[in-house]
Amino acid sequence: MADIHKPPEEFRIRMRRYDPESGEAPYWDEHTITLAPHRSVLEAILQARDRFDGSIGIRCSCRQAICGSCGVRVNGEPALACHTHLDAALKSSPDGVIEIEPMGNIPVIKDLIVDMDAVHWKKIQRVTPWLINKQPIPEREYLVSHDAMVDVTQSMACIQCGACVSDCLAMEVDPGFIGPAALAKAYRFVGDPRDAQQKERLVDLAQDPEGIFDCTHCFKCVEACPKDVNPMGQIMRLRRIAIDDHHIVDVNNGERHEAAFTGLIKDNGLLWEAELLPRSYGGNSWFGKLHPAAGKELLSSLPAIVKALIRGKVTPMGALKPHKLKSKDLKSVQSIYEKIEKKPERYELNLYISGVDEVVQETPVTVAGGVETEASAPAPESPEGSTSV
Amino acid sequence: MPAHDVLIIGAGLAGQRAALAAAENGASVAIMSKVHPVRSHSVAAAGGINAAISIDDDWHSHAYDTVKGSDFLGDQDAIEIMCSEAPAEVMHLEHIGVTFHRNDRGEMDLRAFGGASMKRTAYVADITGQALLHVLYEQLMKHHETVDRYEEWFTTSLLQDEEGRCCGAVARDVRSGRMEAFKAKNVILACGGAGQAYKPTTNGLIVTGDGIAMAYRLGAPLMDMEMVQYHPTCLVETGILITEGARGEGAHLLNSQGERFMEKAAPNKMELASRDVVSRAEQIEIDEGRGVGPGGTGIYLDVTVVPRKRTLEALREIVNLGKDFAGVDITREPITIRPGQHYIMGGVKTDVDGRTPIEGLYAAGEVACVSVHGGNRLGANSLLDTLIFGRRAGEHAAARAAAIKLPEVDANAKLKSDVGEIDAIIARPHEGRRVSEIKDDLGELMNRYAAVFRDEAGLLTALESIGRLKEESRHAWIDDRGTVFNQDVLGAIELGYMIDCAETTVVGALERKESRGAQFRTDYPERNDAEWLKHIDITLTDDGPQVSYSPVTITQWQPEERKY
Repeated sequence: MADIHKPPEEFRIRMRRYDPESGEAPYWDEHTITLAPHRSVLEAILQARDRFDGSIGIRCSCRQAICGSCGVRVNGEPALACHTHLDAALKSSPDGVIEIEPMGNIPVIKDLIVDMDAVHWKKIQRVTPWLINKQPIPEREYLVSHDAMVDVTQSMACIQCGACVSDCLAMEVDPGFIGPAALAKAYRFVGDPRDAQQKERLVDLAQDPEGIFDCTHCFKCVEACPKDVNPMGQIMRLRRIAIDDHHIVDVNNGERHEAAFTGLIKDNGLLWEAELLPRSYGGNSWFGKLHPAAGKELLSSLPAIVKALIRGKVTPMGALKPHKLKSKDLKSVQSIYEKIEKKPERYELNLYISGVDEVVQETPVTVAGGVETEASAPAPESPEGSTSV
Repeated sequence: MPAHDVLIIGAGLAGQRAALAAAENGASVAIMSKVHPVRSHSVAAAGGINAAISIDDDWHSHAYDTVKGSDFLGDQDAIEIMCSEAPAEVMHLEHIGVTFHRNDRGEMDLRAFGGASMKRTAYVADITGQALLHVLYEQLMKHHETVDRYEEWFTTSLLQDEEGRCCGAVARDVRSGRMEAFKAKNVILACGGAGQAYKPTTNGLIVTGDGIAMAYRLGAPLMDMEMVQYHPTCLVETGILITEGARGEGAHLLNSQGERFMEKAAPNKMELASRDVVSRAEQIEIDEGRGVGPGGTGIYLDVTVVPRKRTLEALREIVNLGKDFAGVDITREPITIRPGQHYIMGGVKTDVDGRTPIEGLYAAGEVACVSVHGGNRLGANSLLDTLIFGRRAGEHAAARAAAIKLPEVDANAKLKSDVGEIDAIIARPHEGRRVSEIKDDLGELMNRYAAVFRDEAGLLTALESIGRLKEESRHAWIDDRGTVFNQDVLGAIELGYMIDCAETTVVGALERKESRGAQFRTDYPERNDAEWLKHIDITLTDDGPQVSYSPVTITQWQPEERKY
């Protein structure tokens, strides 16, 4: 947590500048600013702009991490400039200068300003980003559960800043990937009990080669998100709903791949890498590799397999046999499966709302001057509906 | 040259709602904003939206609370319209996808808010404004064929034909620097307030009074500009807002003695009295030496009395704001706050359909003064105001467009002069002062002399200083000589807009020799209905701002003493 009682001190910031009208390449621009350590990187940039160089380009407005304008990279990591403290930024800087660059995966227009329309908004539009109402529309509100609304509020809390897009590894390889922000937006409708086209949306996103199965679970977007939207988590939920609830078998092999993956671990306790690919393509059994589809895939993967053999990443013996696990450990792994598969309902963890009610606080709250008051005034009745999530 | 039935300037809640309503009514629509629509400042509204949707509630009760909150300066016909249409509007929002939080019956849950006689605030955690804004933008994406969007276009002036009708605007594409004239049968201003004329303020950096100033320069009267709301709970250092929802959920305000001092000012409503009352009570504690924090300039907001789980779920945003911007875990310790500039009740004078006295020019949202907020706005009535009057303006403008032809106007003359003006700003020599310095001076000046407590001497000082800053701003220099995203030159234009707004605020505050709502004159500490139960209208003439008056519409609630 920020220490707000420290006096202003000097910080050095180094910004990546680019003037599209100059014909020159991007360059670094360094300034020394004076601010208290808990003030934000945005305030540092604005001080440099107000005092030294009014031509520094950055989008910004609210200064409180809600308008989503000031997405940048600070010392290489995506962040909202207004949501990054100078002391923290200094700590992550390798050379004592806070380095600020435009976001990645999105073309730069000028200085720290990137072309959100060309990438971010185009992808948002891809997911049919509006509610398709369940009919008939009621006269008053739809009656839906409190939990369902709190649940979609997590993806509703996305401020469209682009930080997750900036850091998405899958998008770096495949710029066509619909991406974390847009897929989180998609969950906002799939998870909304008032939407009529859950299944149609999921089929669309599962069958798209650059859809939900294009994500590589690298967690970068989870880390990048300043609002705890957990985009990757939303993508995984889309997959689970597509597979478990709607039994969508997709042309991208996502559903079969998942079945092969979980099946192999259930049987062996650990992943049997050499079997994963044939079973994903040829069917979820040892005979999968004999299926023509698996043969074709194996053939096309031959260069990678050979490379892996040469570099010793796999051995022929390792490929033929599964990893060995002690039977006690194997049983523990399998008991996890049993426990989960026995549950009548799937339990989705919502990281957006965390924490539990504590026993009524008994320690007195200290206020200025050392005067103590009992923080025991009756708490207001919690409005109806604040059930646990 | 682009031409539309309805051109909307500003794409926050009022603008987007107006665009959707106008398109639904068959008009060709363009919506233009200097930022991407979801960056508009409506996004920062936290607590919720008021509507008498509970079966135990009645819109008359909502209307009475609003009239009382306004200190009887609100026009009651407009308030009746807003409150009676509120339930249908909120249901409409629910139907298009707003994820309003629910009670255990699956109906919309309602929370308590300041100045309200019962729970009537629908909400989405404490990101209600964001949820509404993003859902409306979803609808704009859906209706992309009927609504043209000009995102990141900065409006420099409004067009007027020979008969004085408003018939379009001149704007600059921020990205390319290209200037263009847009013809329109109607223009709806929906570009928000002028909070950046104050420092600190809860308002975003984009809230610079553009619409208020452009309308004023065109000859439209501004009404009740002296009524500037100070929100009771803003972070001391940065002015960042802590939602009224915190007090709605039960949080207390404490002075340095640990006393809930609201007992003195509002024994019944306590922390949930209206904002002007709470802000004044806080300022008295601070001024009389019972403040907390460095220099005793703050007050404690104690959220620890709210159950922790409820805080984490319903006040999540301010839990994070506390951690990130004040270093405080609000679920465990009190946070230091103080009153800060938040909202301008005044604005461009309109009727209940958003029409200004200038034909073809409409206004809705914070830019406008209908007036539903009078001397003081109730929390969670601003979102409602933007949506009801945004919609009504959109509908009315669409109907008017169907009946008239596109006005004849030589748009090129204005286009040329605006291009020339921008070029001149860019070419200004580095003599005199920077734009940013003048802006800082203006903000500090306003926060000193036109804040919670005012008096004649201070206001006269402010007026004189504003005159000086206005003169300096005419030569203020900038650095950026480019065309692509030249934010520097736009900042110089915005400074002019803010100075106009500040000047009218001070003129209005000097004129109103009484204390009502947000205006508290220490030299006239009483409300004076006999002389001042009237609106103050300010019109720009060749001799500067001219003051006139217009009556307050009273339908069913006679002014009475205001107690909470």
